[in-house]
Amino acid sequence: MRNMTRFDRVLLLVTGLLAAHQVVIGVEGLETLVVFSYTIAFGVLLVACLLLIILGYDVLDSPVVVVVSTIIPLSLSLGLVAEYLPENVYLYLVFVLLGFLAVVITRFVAPGRVAVIVLAVVHGISGLLITFLPVYLSLSGVTSPGFILVGVGGALIGIGGLLLAFLKTGKPILPRATILQVLPVQLLLMTASFVAGFALG
Amino acid sequence: MATTTINHHSLEVLSKLKAKYWPLIKSLQTGLLLVTGVAGYASCRCPILNWGELLGLVSSLFLAISGSTVLNMWHDRDIDAIMSRTCWRPLPSGVISPREALYFGLLLSALGVGWALAMDTLYGTIVFAGLFIDVVVYTVWLKRRTAWSILWGGIAGAIPVLAGRALGIGYVDWIGVTLALSVLFWIPTHILTFSMRNYDDYQRAGIPTFPSIYGFQATRTAISISSVLAAISMALAAYGIGMMVGYLRLMGVLSAGLLLLAVASLVRPSERVNFGLFKYASLYMLSAMLLLVIEAF
Repeated sequence: MRNMTRFDRVLLLVTGLLAAHQVVIGVEGLETLVVFSYTIAFGVLLVACLLLIILGYDVLDSPVVVVVSTIIPLSLSLGLVAEYLPENVYLYLVFVLLGFLAVVITRFVAPGRVAVIVLAVVHGISGLLITFLPVYLSLSGVTSPGFILVGVGGALIGIGGLLLAFLKTGKPILPRATILQVLPVQLLLMTASFVAGFALG
Repeated sequence: MATTTINHHSLEVLSKLKAKYWPLIKSLQTGLLLVTGVAGYASCRCPILNWGELLGLVSSLFLAISGSTVLNMWHDRDIDAIMSRTCWRPLPSGVISPREALYFGLLLSALGVGWALAMDTLYGTIVFAGLFIDVVVYTVWLKRRTAWSILWGGIAGAIPVLAGRALGIGYVDWIGVTLALSVLFWIPTHILTFSMRNYDDYQRAGIPTFPSIYGFQATRTAISISSVLAAISMALAAYGIGMMVGYLRLMGVLSAGLLLLAVASLVRPSERVNFGLFKYASLYMLSAMLLLVIEAF
């Protein structure tokens, strides 16, 4: 396991501070469900960064990581749907709850091929929403062009999620050391994109 | 030329003194308690920031906390020498003589309490009570007799935040007491996790701890309960202060992290989870107190 460097910790701390900033001031004046969803997404990101700083990369060996890393895209995409596609919010809420339950159950009860498929579907749908909904909203003029950065963050979360998911299944796309080397940078860029996108949007 | 030589010499002397005495005051612990004191003061949200009073608060608390820590080290030098975690400290390692440490501790304590009393009688009395509880009740009387001594250590640790708020508003109110309770309940999370990690050391020194008297599982339960109570107290105090909704949300997120780790420590106990809880609890208290300060300014 690659040891965490001081630079990695600084990157993770900045990421945590950005997430904390988003929790405090980034989501004011919105509907309760939207605020709740964004708070969960950035709150989980903040606590995850703190735990990575405290415990190092060893914490990624825990089976809980997959579940936690599912909460971020699910709650973020739910916030986006609730804010911009309110007519579909209940349908998507059902998907989020069932998807999350399916990931938890398959992870702990039936790990293996089924768990990977469920994870890929749930991550895939929520990731695609976070990536393409902001792009569509920006291009169609519903939001300002800067909101496209949320989509960039979505793409980054998708890449990070894929790298971690394949790493956890024992079939990494990149060597483990490389994934751990890019993880803090990827998390920081992702969070910075989200924060900037929400601020500009 | 002569002035330059004298200045250089003075700096050298100061640097040597710092190297000798600084390890006596447990700078991290003192720093964290100082932050709680400043947070208690900032929680008053005084419309006009009084830099003189703030400087007095920081200086008097620093002296009083450092003084009590030095006296604690002076009294516990025999058990520090037995424990591998503490045998390097200045007293057991012979860098400083016991008499020197005793005088140094008494001097710092007298200066801190005296300064605090000169600033405000109520504030000074609370600071003195904290010092008395820490040195006499906790260190001298109870630490070697009962595992429950940590409760008194916790009360002493909760004094700076209470004193800071009392200095700001001029009386003791329920918010100050609740802030103090949040520190009081946080301290078992910190100390009990610590006593599990250093179980053998404490056993060797013959210090009664929760893990040695009640076992590890009961200790983990106590940690979880105290974490929940710390988070509830902090939330209550933040609400009473009238904290902005955004900061309350952030406090909620940090508290949720603490609760989840406490539950994980109870359900799936391991060395890693215990260590994570121990570190996170400190980070949680520091963040919560800094939030109070940031929000006030």
